Amino acid sequence: MSAQATAPVPAQDAGEAPPDDKVDLRREFNEVGIGEVLDQLDRELIGLKPVKTRIREISSLLLIERVRKRMNLTSEVPTLHMSFTGNPGTGKTTVALRIASILHRLGFVRRGKVVSVTRDELVGQYIGHTAPKTKEILKKAMGGVLFIDEAYYLHRPDNERDYGQEAIEILLQVMESQREDLVVILAGYGDRMDKFFASNPGFRSRIAHHIDFPDYSDGELLAIAELMLHDMNYKFTPDARSAFVRYIELRKTQPLFSNARSIRNALDRMRLRQANRLVADLDRALSAEDIMSLEAQDVLASRVFLQGAVR
Amino acid sequence: MRVTQGCFSFLPDLTDEQITAQIQYCLEKGWAVNIEFTDDPHPRNTYWDMWGLPMFDLRDAAGIMMELRECRKVYGDRYIRLSGFDSSHGWESVRLSFIVNRPKQEPGFHLERQESGGRNIRYTTKSYAVGRPEGQRYGGT
Repeated sequence: MSAQATAPVPAQDAGEAPPDDKVDLRREFNEVGIGEVLDQLDRELIGLKPVKTRIREISSLLLIERVRKRMNLTSEVPTLHMSFTGNPGTGKTTVALRIASILHRLGFVRRGKVVSVTRDELVGQYIGHTAPKTKEILKKAMGGVLFIDEAYYLHRPDNERDYGQEAIEILLQVMESQREDLVVILAGYGDRMDKFFASNPGFRSRIAHHIDFPDYSDGELLAIAELMLHDMNYKFTPDARSAFVRYIELRKTQPLFSNARSIRNALDRMRLRQANRLVADLDRALSAEDIMSLEAQDVLASRVFLQGAVR
Repeated sequence: MRVTQGCFSFLPDLTDEQITAQIQYCLEKGWAVNIEFTDDPHPRNTYWDMWGLPMFDLRDAAGIMMELRECRKVYGDRYIRLSGFDSSHGWESVRLSFIVNRPKQEPGFHLERQESGGRNIRYTTKSYAVGRPEGQRYGGT
C-alpha cells in the first residue's frame, strides 16, 4: 500500500503530460537506480550467466510494470516468488540479498530486508507449535523478502505426521493472499528441490521464477579467489597463483566440494599458514608487501596436494 | 451510543489504510504493537483479552494487519483495540491505544443512582450489553 504512496511521480509534472504521453524509459531507469545494482551484480558476482540474465529480465519486467501502474494500465501484482536451485556455494544467498535490494528500489517490496530461515525456525516440535512459529517468522518478514534455505527439509515424506506440512500450508496461504506484502525465495540443491516440488505441486505453481545456479568453472573459481583476496587486502604471488590453479583442479575432484565456499575456506587456511610462516621468523623486518602476499608454499602445504599425489 | 476510548475515538472509524499507517508509526518508534479484544466496554475495564502474544521485533505493519484480520474473523462482534507498548527505560508503558473494531450495535450505558445516608447519591454506569453472559453480548453466539 505504502509502496505506491512513496513512489515518486515526477514524470507528469515535468510537462503536464497526459497519461497517454511518452515515457522516458532511460530516465525512469536512472531514477530507480537499478542500473547501479545490476552493475554491482556484474562486478561482484563472477560467472552465473543464466542467473544474471534472469535477474535482468525480471527487473525489466518490474520497471515496465512500474511505468504501467503510473499510466493506470493496472494489472495484477506480478508474482515474484522464486526458487533458487544449485549446488552448495554457488551464491544463492548472496543473490537473494541482491534481489531484495532490486525489488526494494523498484518499490515492489517496502523494505529491502531479507529474513533468512531454515526448517528449524518454521516448524515446531509439538502439536500446535508450528502455526504460531511460522506466523511469527512471516510477520517478521512482511514487507520484505523471506529466504528459506534448504526448503526441501520442510517436507518429510517418510513421516506422515511431520509438522512440516502444516508450515507448508500456512506458507502457501500467505504466498497467495499477501503477494504485495511478501516475496518468498526457496533455495536448495537441485535434485532434492525437484522432489520437493513434485510432492508439493502447490509450491511449483505459485512460484513464477525458477532459477538454476550453475557450478563455477575453474577460471571463475580463480577469479572469485582473487576477488576475495582483494577484498581482504591479500594477493597471490605469481607462483602462488599457478599453484592455486592446480589446487582448484585437484580440489574439484575430491568429495564435499562446495564451489565458492570451499575456495573461501581454502583461502582462510592459506592465511593461517602465511601468518604462521611469518611468525616463525621473528627477526625478519617485514614490508607491507610481505604481509599482503601469499606465497606458493602457503598454497602447496595443503592436504589437497598430498591426496592428489597419492592417487 | 458510540464508545469513545483511546486515541481517534471521536473521529470516524479508521480505514485499514489509516490503521496500517498508525501501526507503521508505532513500529518506527520501536514500540511493540498488541491486539486486544473485549465485549465489556466499561471504561474502567482495563483487562482486555490479548490476541496472541505482544508482537516484538516487527518492522512492517503488514504482519500486524494479518493478525488483525484473523482477530476480526473470530471476534468481529467485539471491541478490538491496538496498543503500542514502549519498552524503553523511563516509559515502560503503553504509548498509544486505539479502537480498530467495534460491534455493529452499541447499546450504551445505564446510569444507576443509589441513595445513601444524608441524601447522598452514588452513581454507577453499566453497559446494557453486559447483562448477557460473556460471548453472547452484541449478538454473538
